Amino acid sequence: MISKKAKKQIDSWTEKYPANQKSSAVMEALKIVQLENGNCLNPELIQEVADYLDMPGIAAQEVATFYENYNHKPMAKNIIRICHNISCMLNGSDNLVSHLESCLGVKTGEVTPDGLICVKKVECLGACVGAPMMQIDDQYFENLTAKKVDEIVKSLRKEGK
Amino acid sequence: MNEVCFKNLNEKEPWSLATYEANGGYSVWKRVIKGEFTPEEIIDELKVSGLRGRGGAGFPTGLKWSFMPRNDDGQKYVVCNSDEGEPGTCKDRDILRFNPHSVIEGMAIGGYVMNASVGYNYIRGEFMEPFYRFEGALKEAYKAGLLGENIFDSAVSFDLHTHLGAGAYICGEETALIESIEGKKGQPRFKPPFPANVGLFGKPTTVNNTESFASVPEILSKGGKWFADLGVENSGGCKLFSVSGHVNNPSNFEVPMGTPFKDLLKMAGGIRKGKKLKAVIPGGSSTPVLTAEEAMSMNMDYDSIEKAGSMLGAGSVIIMDDSTCMVEALTRLAHFYYDESCGQCTPCREGTGWLYRVLKRILDGNGKIDDLDLLQQVGSNIMGNTICALGDAAAMPVESFLRNFYSEFEYYIKNGKSMVKDNV
Repeated sequence: MISKKAKKQIDSWTEKYPANQKSSAVMEALKIVQLENGNCLNPELIQEVADYLDMPGIAAQEVATFYENYNHKPMAKNIIRICHNISCMLNGSDNLVSHLESCLGVKTGEVTPDGLICVKKVECLGACVGAPMMQIDDQYFENLTAKKVDEIVKSLRKEGK
Repeated sequence: MNEVCFKNLNEKEPWSLATYEANGGYSVWKRVIKGEFTPEEIIDELKVSGLRGRGGAGFPTGLKWSFMPRNDDGQKYVVCNSDEGEPGTCKDRDILRFNPHSVIEGMAIGGYVMNASVGYNYIRGEFMEPFYRFEGALKEAYKAGLLGENIFDSAVSFDLHTHLGAGAYICGEETALIESIEGKKGQPRFKPPFPANVGLFGKPTTVNNTESFASVPEILSKGGKWFADLGVENSGGCKLFSVSGHVNNPSNFEVPMGTPFKDLLKMAGGIRKGKKLKAVIPGGSSTPVLTAEEAMSMNMDYDSIEKAGSMLGAGSVIIMDDSTCMVEALTRLAHFYYDESCGQCTPCREGTGWLYRVLKRILDGNGKIDDLDLLQQVGSNIMGNTICALGDAAAMPVESFLRNFYSEFEYYIKNGKSMVKDNV
């Protein structure tokens, strides 16, 4: 079920587009319901979004599977998205990935047993002059070192969020 | 340095309306509203300025704006492409964070010139800090009456909205971006028809890069000739260059077009720890890689970089020192295009996979010497055979890495390990 609150948020996006183009808001609508559903989408939710925006279910499904930022299986509370592309690679991102894997005890793509953290290797996040870098939620962390990464992981665990 | 998009960079809260206006911001927009400029005058001034599309293609902005059927009835749109995601490129992020009002003013002026009363700024989904900054600036501009219906009781109206991406490099291609705003998969459209005739929601649309829009107010304020004179022939003005990789002070630098590469390298603090420059990708990951020698003798403008054998692109300069394994670097780039191909055209969908898998096999020590021919063959089968430029973008690095660093690939295949790491 899409909550009332989520519907209100979705409405603030549909307002931006012509009245017969509500489907333009589908990308944000999917993000909003994903966040409400523990960072994960499912076929029922995608259909509900499609119904809410007067679009065919398959069209919403296409969007949900084309773009990178939607999850279709249960995810950790915190996703560490670490860039491994050229500028970050030149600045040691591979070592940071190994460092994260060993201190969390999981491989990239896996979730820690407490459900708290998952590390994903991602393509360029557009902060190359701050390489190596990673993203957690809305926030970018740049000019990373193993020590900085440790501190960030520590604070994620402390917050336990 | 820092004369256009980064003009206010060192001010307190450079992103605020107060700072922007204190430095002459919105004065052009106010004059436009008063009717001091005709659309034709603005287009002419942009043509004089020599401003070329800052997203990578380098198409003259004034000319692009003149293609819009401004006198036709019906809705038209201006769209800003802030879907920055080509490896090495990170300048639009800083414009959105530190000078969002210049983008708003540039888009509003564009809306007036092209008779489009609605604009969208497409910001990549990961850029949440820039998104909030831009949204904040929009709120300020609306509150000050600079946007909306009948601005300052004139006949001019302009509404501006943001649209967020959700993680797809291909949406930086303008027709894929339009599809994405329509709430679809970001798959490029066939051209023609061009967006100026059939664009967003089927209406005439012009898409420009963030830096292009942000440059417009300053050009009109100081004159097209002033801007053109900052640069060199065929490359007007100054431009943001993102210098990343093996340098001491990676950063964005706004410098005049035609600045020698070696000066830009110096600004970025030079090569690290006594290492030597080995290779430079001058315009973002899709532009051909150059050797140190080629790079050191070029200047940062369209013609000079082309003469050196590459392209200015988005001005994304990736510096590699002599510790870089070129096989590893190319494999990483090939993975990017494999991952980001939208899957619409067979040569790109299949070809990018081939490129990546063959390179990975070499990197894993299982390469065969025939693989080098195979890579070139696959690359040339992609080149020119796809709807959009992503296919070419995937093939160009392969061709140039092999051309300039062939022996390193050969060594890797024969010895199953990197020549560079072997020498360290």
